[in-house]
Amino acid sequence: MTRLTPFNIVSLTLGFAFLYIPMLVLVVYSFNSSKLVTVWAGFSTKWYGELFRNEAFLEAAWVTVKVGFFSSTLATILGTMAAYTLVRRARFPGRTLFSGMIYAPLVMPEVITGLSLLLLFIAIGLDRGVLTIVLAHTTFSMCYVSVVVSSRLVTFNQSLEEAALDLGCTPFEAFRAVTLPIILPAVAAGWLLAFTLSLDDLVIASFTAGPSATTLPIKVFSSVRLGVSPEINALSTIIIGLVTIGVVTASLVSKRAISRRAAEERAAET
Amino acid sequence: MSAEFAPWDEPDAVPLIKVENVTKRFGSFTAIDHIDIDIFPREFFALLGPSGCGKTTLMRMLAGFETPSEGRITIGGDDMAGVAPNKRPVNMMFQSYALFPHLSLWDNIAFGLKREGMEKDKIAARVEEMLKLVQLGKFAKRKPHQISGGQRQRVALARSLAKAPKLLLLDEPLGALDKKLRQETQFELMDIQERTGTTFVIVTHDQEEAMTVASRVAVMDHGKLIQVDTPQKIYEEPNSVYVADFIGDVNLVEGRATAVGEAAEFVWGEGQPSLVGMPGGGVQADRAATFAIRPEKIAISRDEPEARNRVHGKIIDIGYLGNLSTYHVQLPTGAMLTCEVGNRSRVARRDFTWEDEVWLSWTETAGMVLPS
Repeated sequence: MTRLTPFNIVSLTLGFAFLYIPMLVLVVYSFNSSKLVTVWAGFSTKWYGELFRNEAFLEAAWVTVKVGFFSSTLATILGTMAAYTLVRRARFPGRTLFSGMIYAPLVMPEVITGLSLLLLFIAIGLDRGVLTIVLAHTTFSMCYVSVVVSSRLVTFNQSLEEAALDLGCTPFEAFRAVTLPIILPAVAAGWLLAFTLSLDDLVIASFTAGPSATTLPIKVFSSVRLGVSPEINALSTIIIGLVTIGVVTASLVSKRAISRRAAEERAAET
Repeated sequence: MSAEFAPWDEPDAVPLIKVENVTKRFGSFTAIDHIDIDIFPREFFALLGPSGCGKTTLMRMLAGFETPSEGRITIGGDDMAGVAPNKRPVNMMFQSYALFPHLSLWDNIAFGLKREGMEKDKIAARVEEMLKLVQLGKFAKRKPHQISGGQRQRVALARSLAKAPKLLLLDEPLGALDKKLRQETQFELMDIQERTGTTFVIVTHDQEEAMTVASRVAVMDHGKLIQVDTPQKIYEEPNSVYVADFIGDVNLVEGRATAVGEAAEFVWGEGQPSLVGMPGGGVQADRAATFAIRPEKIAISRDEPEARNRVHGKIIDIGYLGNLSTYHVQLPTGAMLTCEVGNRSRVARRDFTWEDEVWLSWTETAGMVLPS
């Protein structure tokens, strides 16, 4: 291993400063006792208390979690089915067209996706609310799930499925008993990605949300337009905290799993 | 068994598998070209050929993963057309073993039994029996990545035998093992085949492996069956230059057959004495022919021998392989013949050396005259 040169140190410092100073400022000001966001008036956790008494925020947070859960679950089911068919059931007419079409929404501007969904919901007379946001989020996030799951399926050894068929499974049983358990990490990753995308989304949700349901991003965005409140800082700090815990836990768990597996494989060969 | 096991020679023996005039095309490519084979119960049948010869396609058609474009396959008298892989009395051991990585060895072996809806305690008994058969009882709880390659191979075998199939297909089963382990495992396979009484069909490109394990070998090339016979006949009485060359080492000399009867006379090279060998592959008189002679059937001597077939030449190269030495001898025509001599005593006493003038000779039944 080579040592860190002064140049490396400078680039690391600059890069990470660029990434994390904004968040640091936000976290620090969430503990500010002053109502004025940019003036430091001493340490306080009162905005966290305020936040938990703010019914509108809590309601929006609950809607966001519900939407995220249902849309990512639906997107995972549809995306996995699409990926399986496109990667596995090799030859059928129009396969290339379908593979291209499933990825097109990835590059589609969100405004267009949002607008077209809005028009569709109006056309079929569907009242905008939680259901429409769930449908909209499912639509755009299933492509991401499908990308994640296909990349796993491409490296999946097809003879495992053939072995299952050979041992008496129907094609569906083979999928359930062998393929799904093996690709489950990729499916879970797809679900998490879809969930994150749904939590994150502002543009498409604002097209498809109605007066009866508002997601947290919409709520935050609209309240910031009336001035940044310290409550939002507190909310953001909580979200940053949750994400950090999630990421750190996931990387620790996977690191431990990888090293345990490597040790077992070494032991097996001796 | 008192008589030798040879159901293919018995006129009233009923084959387990009948492959009748089967052709398989992938687009414009013909992978299998009008093949007929009968495979009998308890046989250990090898499909042998270079990669791309169609042997794997033929096996996959038996398993039900491919369907014939033409022709018919019957197993135990039942037509297999339209019968899905999970409905066939056939199990397969895959080249990559295809062990389910998320299941323990025990659950891998129990997998097929559970699909059958067998009772729990019967499954347990059968799995234990299988683990014992392949001597892996103490590893039952391990996952496939926690055992060695050789052990994985045995688990794959146990899993495919657990349902007691009428027919077991083995796709290059020993390809991933190193040479020493492969040889041990070959004998283990034969032993298990004999004890379970299952019919085995093995696909391999390793001629030594096919010769060791099989009761009969089918040599394939470009989707066609070239010869189906016992290992001994394949080696000693090849029906074509292709088979002679594919199985073991052989010297091939181009020339013409002059007289074909009980034996065949063969002329070649200007001023060279004619040779006599056994006719094979429907060779005809006055046609181009190839004389095939195995290196170990050639004797080497300094003085002119009495034998009917003898040629004179000069030693160009000597290879010492430990158990035997090979001599590369150049004839006056420029042709090279290889002859092998076993090293029976440990003390190296070389009779011949480079540039020595020597005689090569062999008996009238040692070589084959085959159509070119």
